[in-house]
Amino acid sequence: MIRKTVRWLDQRSGTAPFLRKSLRYLFPDHWSFLLGEIALYAFVVLVATGIYLTLFFVDSSSQTVYRGPYAPLHGQRMSEAYESVVNISTTVKAGLLIRQTHHWAADVFAGAIILHLFRVFFTGAYRKPRELTYIIGITILALTLFEAYIGYSMVDDLLSGMGLAIGWSVGMAIPFVGANLMSVLFEGAFPGGQSLWPRMYIVHVFILPVLIGTLLVAHLTLVALRHHTQFKGKRETERRIVGMPAWPAQVPRSVALAFATVGVLFLLGGLVQINPIWLWGPYHTYLSTNGAQPDWYLGWLIGALRMVPSFDITIDGYTLVPNPFWGGIAFPTLVIGFVYLWPWLERRINGDDAFHNVLDRPRDAPLRTALGVGAATTVGVTLLAGSADRADDLFGLSYNGQLWFYRVAFFVLPVLFGVIAYRLCNALVAGERVEADRKRAEEEARATR
Amino acid sequence: MIRVRDVLISAALLLLGRRRPSIPVEEDPGDPRAELVVAGLLGLTTCAAIGFIVAYALDPSTQLLGLSLGLAFIFLAAALVVTAHRLVVNEELEDDYPPEEHTAEQEEVVQLVEEPGERLTRRRLLKLGVLGAGGTLGLALATPVLSLGHFLDTKAYLVTPWRRGRRLVDENGRPWRASDIEERTFYTAFPEGGDNEEIAAPVVLVRLKPGDLRLPATLRGYDAGGIVAYSKICTHAGCAISLYRTPLFDRADPTPALVCPCHYSTFDPASGGTVTFGPAGRALPMLPIEVDARGHLRAKGNFDGPVGPSWWGVRIWRPER
Repeated sequence: MIRKTVRWLDQRSGTAPFLRKSLRYLFPDHWSFLLGEIALYAFVVLVATGIYLTLFFVDSSSQTVYRGPYAPLHGQRMSEAYESVVNISTTVKAGLLIRQTHHWAADVFAGAIILHLFRVFFTGAYRKPRELTYIIGITILALTLFEAYIGYSMVDDLLSGMGLAIGWSVGMAIPFVGANLMSVLFEGAFPGGQSLWPRMYIVHVFILPVLIGTLLVAHLTLVALRHHTQFKGKRETERRIVGMPAWPAQVPRSVALAFATVGVLFLLGGLVQINPIWLWGPYHTYLSTNGAQPDWYLGWLIGALRMVPSFDITIDGYTLVPNPFWGGIAFPTLVIGFVYLWPWLERRINGDDAFHNVLDRPRDAPLRTALGVGAATTVGVTLLAGSADRADDLFGLSYNGQLWFYRVAFFVLPVLFGVIAYRLCNALVAGERVEADRKRAEEEARATR
Repeated sequence: MIRVRDVLISAALLLLGRRRPSIPVEEDPGDPRAELVVAGLLGLTTCAAIGFIVAYALDPSTQLLGLSLGLAFIFLAAALVVTAHRLVVNEELEDDYPPEEHTAEQEEVVQLVEEPGERLTRRRLLKLGVLGAGGTLGLALATPVLSLGHFLDTKAYLVTPWRRGRRLVDENGRPWRASDIEERTFYTAFPEGGDNEEIAAPVVLVRLKPGDLRLPATLRGYDAGGIVAYSKICTHAGCAISLYRTPLFDRADPTPALVCPCHYSTFDPASGGTVTFGPAGRALPMLPIEVDARGHLRAKGNFDGPVGPSWWGVRIWRPER
């Protein structure tokens, strides 16, 4: 049976040599190499559940009056988009399961990518010859944040409408042309023309998923062409790779991870409520709610928007830089720009142009680790600042007081943590050197005795 | 070449096998107990999958559906984990990394690409031509994008439904009377007969003691006996202002303040909607109002500035009447 299939395939495609090589492709064994795989499987779940949701979703902002079975919303005016998502959540059998699984999968997808990025950054896996793989990965992350934002904006519940208003305002804050650009995208002023919803819809269900999927394929192809990186070991060198062969060792592991990811996502989708939009109610421009938080991966942006003190930069009466520009555009551009450019910055700093297949431990590259910790702290501070309203509510900490703390911490903590990380790296390496010296001295002593 | 590598790999394997006794090399006895576990887990997967179908048919509660489908996948994953650890040979192999580069092929590619170009005599002219044709064609193809909206026309941001004499009504169209408006709470009002969804439509009404008002000269007379009306849309990021901090709120500055819950821009209704905290860069646009003969609130004109977040012309142009 297998012989027949292989023969049939080889005769028609000539891929037997490729298959043979693929079965013996080596996977270095380390748990952190699985983070990217989790992201991949979450993406598959996103596509599958997303397709199911498109079969029920209505991409229209036309207003209608709710007459469905969910009593608390009876008689309320809402968009057809919101009504259709309420229906998916209440009347479509298994609809809520698929919708919640889709939302959870988005959270896990973003989380797995970010953890994967941490692993790649702090071990220097992005170095030559893998810079291209790296920037494609960062692009996937950036597109994912945008894709997820549009995804929950389309629902048109109270929370998502507030998010859309913020997104529109951030766009308006682009110097000179913001208002013009937003007029084009939204087909007029907020809350936008009739075409806005179809536009968001096609971007969310087609343009961005196809882009992300294509980049994923490119990313994985490049990984395979250059092979995995590996940690230093007795037999692992820059020229020799050591690992489990795809067949029979790695395939069952990877497939097991795929099923485990899918299983956990369905468990979350079924058992852990997420974004209960029927409780938020429909969005209207004149409504908002207190304590509103975006999904976690956008929390840093709301924090950044909140931290900026009150000012617009004006020039002769014209508003050159409206306030949301700093938190909504400048800050994320700086962070993502740093991540994009880091491989080249590092090369500029240390002049290292060699091929690297063996990974660094974070302590082996103190400057990189320190800068990475600093950048992560910057984002972490804004993420925390984004939750200051919750801390006010839960612990009675003054919101305004907290914000002043975060405004200072934004500049102080990254430097502080960076310096600590730098020293820690050096101390760890020095400790190892002492340990090695001691061992050698002991051995010498034993030999001379 | 390949044969040499195969020999090397098998040699490595042999060496490995000798060093690691746990790897079964000959007379593999198998692991019948693990096989039993895998079969059991596959059986559980089947049960859970059937459970999902039954649940869908009988009691499609989200929890039961998620539990059965999730567990089915978890059991399947567990079966594969046991397979991976107990039933298949787990040996680490060694291989060469692919060559860093192929210098000879690179050279060939460069030559093949450059060769035909060497016959050209007017290179710069052609380059210019390609650049011009490509650039203009690209522009031409991009032009229809402008149909998406009015790129050059930002008038939409200046349009408001407010006119002199227009009554202020509530969400259901009932006119607000001045006597309805009490201190220490806020009200949302819309232009009578307008579209409530329009961003310039909603205003927030609060009553302050006339003696507490500190309106700047340009806004003098905008209030109606202590009742002030501001655009409900925050000048920072376009959310609706739906918090009113009155003296009852003891944890912060005790003066009344209008607060947007998106980024906590805080505005002082007594001094013309100026920003007292948070990121907003502009005061709230104020709507001049008056009380008519029947006690209803009416607009006396339009806002003193454009509604919503800041943009290039927001401080230059005034709302359209």
